[in-house]
Amino acid sequence: MKRGRTWLAAIPPYLWLALFFALPFLLVAKLSLSDTALAIPPYAPRLDWSRGVAGVMAFVRGLDLEAYARLPQDRIYVSAYASSLRIAALATAVLLVLGYPIAYGMSRFGPAARQALVMAVILPFWTSFLIRIYAWIAILKPAGLLNSLLAQVGLPPLQLLNSEAGVIIGLVYAYLPFMVLPLYAVLEKQDESLLEAAQDLGATRAGAFWQVTFPLSLRGVAAGALLCFIPMVGEFVIPDLLGGSETLMLGRTVWTEFFANRDWPAASAVAIVLLATLLAPILLFQRQQAKVLR
Amino acid sequence: MRRPSTFNRVSVAAGLAFLYAPIVLLVVYSFNASRLVTVWGGFSTRWYAALLRDQQMLDAIWVTLRVGVISATLATVLGTLAAVALVRGGRFRGRTAFSGMVYAPLVMPEVILGLSLLLLFVSLGLPRGFWTVTLSHATVTLCYATVVVQARLASFDGALEEAAQDLGCSPAGAFLRVTLPNIAPAIAAAWMLAFTLSLDDLVIASFTSGPGATTLPMRLYSQVRLGVNPEINAVSTLLIGLVTLGVLAAYLVQRRRADRA
Repeated sequence: MKRGRTWLAAIPPYLWLALFFALPFLLVAKLSLSDTALAIPPYAPRLDWSRGVAGVMAFVRGLDLEAYARLPQDRIYVSAYASSLRIAALATAVLLVLGYPIAYGMSRFGPAARQALVMAVILPFWTSFLIRIYAWIAILKPAGLLNSLLAQVGLPPLQLLNSEAGVIIGLVYAYLPFMVLPLYAVLEKQDESLLEAAQDLGATRAGAFWQVTFPLSLRGVAAGALLCFIPMVGEFVIPDLLGGSETLMLGRTVWTEFFANRDWPAASAVAIVLLATLLAPILLFQRQQAKVLR
Repeated sequence: MRRPSTFNRVSVAAGLAFLYAPIVLLVVYSFNASRLVTVWGGFSTRWYAALLRDQQMLDAIWVTLRVGVISATLATVLGTLAAVALVRGGRFRGRTAFSGMVYAPLVMPEVILGLSLLLLFVSLGLPRGFWTVTLSHATVTLCYATVVVQARLASFDGALEEAAQDLGCSPAGAFLRVTLPNIAPAIAAAWMLAFTLSLDDLVIASFTSGPGATTLPMRLYSQVRLGVNPEINAVSTLLIGLVTLGVLAAYLVQRRRADRA
């Protein structure tokens, strides 16, 4: 194929991303090494170009790991870190268990129905995330819909709003399409004759599923799990609206440090720790994406 | 032969019910005369009337729409260029770094994106407001736009473009006359996706916005924190209606194109 100078098209988006994506990251890293200060913006040192080399030297000497050193000493950060990973892992597991039968069921329908079902799964994603989570407040709150339903069948009320269970329900709800679609994409392409062959060779239906269908769908499982787990670790809106004050997650910690405590270096240090934690899963996900798109 | 079993049907139906029930409830209760979610007080449009008198909410809607249109347009132009470079550009220098930057924001936690963009604007000395939110949204949604256009471009046969060139078209002319019309549905879909994501974003807007540029999600968030409020149900219903119409229109347009092809 004639390629010519097509790569020139990369220049505008390249420059844009370098300025608005890569450079800001360096700034977060730099700020995480700075100290909190009573100034606007609230950190020190600030790079003073007008003083030339001396200014740069003074700036570099002012950097230290203090913001990081504070993190492991503060119980709040440690527990936020642990519970972010725990809640995201738990929600990913629930999503797999719920999402797999849905994706598998979808892949069993005829072509026209399959297309409509994919549309139906995508459609909620187009409605506002904030609004969908807000809807759950009305369902989960103490005098909400779920508890009035439970009362009608004579069951005791559940305390789900402002709890970890509430956060997991919200995460599962919001991320379900992100689990179902990658699973479906793999299951839909699977060759039906493999399953028939397994059954001809004496496998039961369940046996054929576990020995043929499931192992062949592991790529979808990995894609779905990563696509859900990574953003869930840093999720802010769901733990903030559905979780209690004791449900700490890293995304929420960054937000609180920044907006409530105005401790920008601490917020940056937490953000860097969050990013470092997610780096391995993100790279894994990117390698997978690159393989699929090529 | 594929045939859905009862178990398959039940899992799909239950999954869809789970996805749609909260949305349906929200729409239904936006017409509830009572303030309480558990009490049905009769059909009423009083919350919509209240919404029309809420100047702050209307201002926020206006800001959000302007941010959405401008940022989605920027993101679609840049995203289409990025997709063309990634699919047709061959192995140019810096491709790995470029594709890394394109895909990373897709999975990056929003708080990190918001914080880093804010720090950029602070060090550039840009006052925070309408334009900083718009630029931030363009940056994040450009990645989604790229993926959408890229998928379509990858499945489009490059030989058609070559044929146009053999028949005397310039490379740019072949792209504009052959490729662009073919990937136009994907470009429209990319714009819609970018617009929707911008309309929806709370976290990045909260970090990068300033006085006078409160977006609708920011306004909704501050109201939601105070508790359930039927006026929010009304705004939500309007938003859901708008998005549903948009998606349906996009679907119909694509179907008509597919029928003609």
